[in-house]
Amino acid sequence: MATGNFETTIGLEVHVEMQTNSKLMSPSPVHYGDKPNENTNVIDFGYPGVLPVANKGAIEFGMRAALALHATVSPFIRWDRKNYFYPDNPKAYQTTQSQTPLGTNGYLDVTLVDGTVKRVRIKEMHVEEDAGKNTHGADGYSYVDLNRQGTPLIEIVSEPDIASPEEAYAYLEQLRQAILFTGISEAKMQEGQMRADVNISIRPFGSSEYGTKVEMKNINSFNYVRNALIFEEKRQAEVLRSGGVIQQETRRYNEPTKSTILMRVKEGADDYRYFPEPDLAPITIDQTWIQKVADELPKSAGDRQHDYVSNLGIEPYDAEVLTQTLAMSDFYDATVAAGADAKRAANYLIGDVNAFMNKHQIELQDTQLTPAHLAGMIKLIEDGTISTKQAKQVFEAIMAGEEPESFAKKNGLVQISDPVVLLGWITDVLDNNPQSIEDFKGGKDRATGYLIGQLMKMSKGQANPGVMNKMLLEELAKR
Amino acid sequence: MSETTISKSEVAHVANLAKLAFDDAELVQFTTQLDNILNIFDTLGEVNTDGVAPTYSVTENVNHLREDVADNWHQKQALLKNAPLEAADLIKVPAILDGEGE
Repeated sequence: MATGNFETTIGLEVHVEMQTNSKLMSPSPVHYGDKPNENTNVIDFGYPGVLPVANKGAIEFGMRAALALHATVSPFIRWDRKNYFYPDNPKAYQTTQSQTPLGTNGYLDVTLVDGTVKRVRIKEMHVEEDAGKNTHGADGYSYVDLNRQGTPLIEIVSEPDIASPEEAYAYLEQLRQAILFTGISEAKMQEGQMRADVNISIRPFGSSEYGTKVEMKNINSFNYVRNALIFEEKRQAEVLRSGGVIQQETRRYNEPTKSTILMRVKEGADDYRYFPEPDLAPITIDQTWIQKVADELPKSAGDRQHDYVSNLGIEPYDAEVLTQTLAMSDFYDATVAAGADAKRAANYLIGDVNAFMNKHQIELQDTQLTPAHLAGMIKLIEDGTISTKQAKQVFEAIMAGEEPESFAKKNGLVQISDPVVLLGWITDVLDNNPQSIEDFKGGKDRATGYLIGQLMKMSKGQANPGVMNKMLLEELAKR
Repeated sequence: MSETTISKSEVAHVANLAKLAFDDAELVQFTTQLDNILNIFDTLGEVNTDGVAPTYSVTENVNHLREDVADNWHQKQALLKNAPLEAADLIKVPAILDGEGE
């Protein structure tokens, strides 16, 4: 986007925590929300002489991300030490790959607000370690929890192909979805599982050289990224217009004022003194291994949407809602596979199930609903065993983990469509309500409503309304 | 082959990165010592290594990897006991606010 006579250049480095069972270099569990330092051992504490061994699962998760983003998986990777001192990492270095990224030359096709598709190139992707969590106290001390220390990250470095804050937002959203559908991370923003380092520069239109870039680190909300970039675009344009110079600096986004604040001016490149990690074996990746990981890679959201629309007759908007999370999409697939009508299954998941999740603030996988139970209920509706009204009760039951068919039987939630039974009831009701028959013949439509009410009462709500309506009208005509 | 040398300002820069404070006499001392060490590499540099692939690991192990199985060694209490200060299961350290973690 242009601000005055300037064009904007944005690059993003996104870190996503990969939800392996164990850490990248230690077997400590990867688990959010446990008591401080519960998931730590001598390796995570950076003790000397521990001889860590890399996690094969983390490499394979990294390969999944690389494949999903159309990157080339490197045939050879080795580890490097990136040295820095900070209490969130007691080793004083991060194990990463500076010379041999796991993935290179990928891309993400981003659908923009106006519907056009923009290809954002991905320069490289690294598997590396996350740091622990530092909390600053008011007492001059910081408090360190190393549970997160060593959690595997995939770092995704884009080329500076992004031209506006809106494009950056769209890229992040769609990158998150692409990652979600690899099954390597739930990428929960509120748990810091996905964070972005942002750099932005502006230059006069037509200029062949990029402007000086300003960096903002570790932003864990897409909205904040967009707001920070909107502010920076304006600030930098104002500096240049008033004849000033943009400094190479690191800034921080401040949400209350929706502005960015100077943290420090950078003098030259950061000096992390990278060197090859001597304690870890290098890794070679052959085609067979890549193929094995490719075979395990879940289908992408785009492919699933296409499948839902073309093969199952789902509306495009509904297909998008169903593919917002991998869990929802997998659940939907399993429900359809269990024999449920595709459209009804989609409606239930998008409507009642989503409402239930929102009301109780839980994820789909944390409910007691199973695809088999949802499919079971839908089949009961489809074959007329229960009415959609009765289905409301059955729905509550299946959300509490009950089996739909036995619940319906146990609670008399069975729809009666048998004409013999229905005719008996209709005859009874008509015989007892001659006035209503008169009213009906006199053209009062209300009369049928009253009669249906009586029939529903008599049948304890079990009469199939469609069949009963039709028969009632036939019987009225005969009188 | 030209001789590798290290300057006093380079030593001061690296010392600063390593959070070490040297006085002027120490800077001269370490510059001389590091210079001597680098001279040994100059000797190694005389060996012809054309066509020899770089060595990153001396064990010649490749793909020495671990299956992704979690195993909590339950070392928390012992590790915290070894920390200089701890509070509420957290490691307590002097606050560093100007720096930045990764």
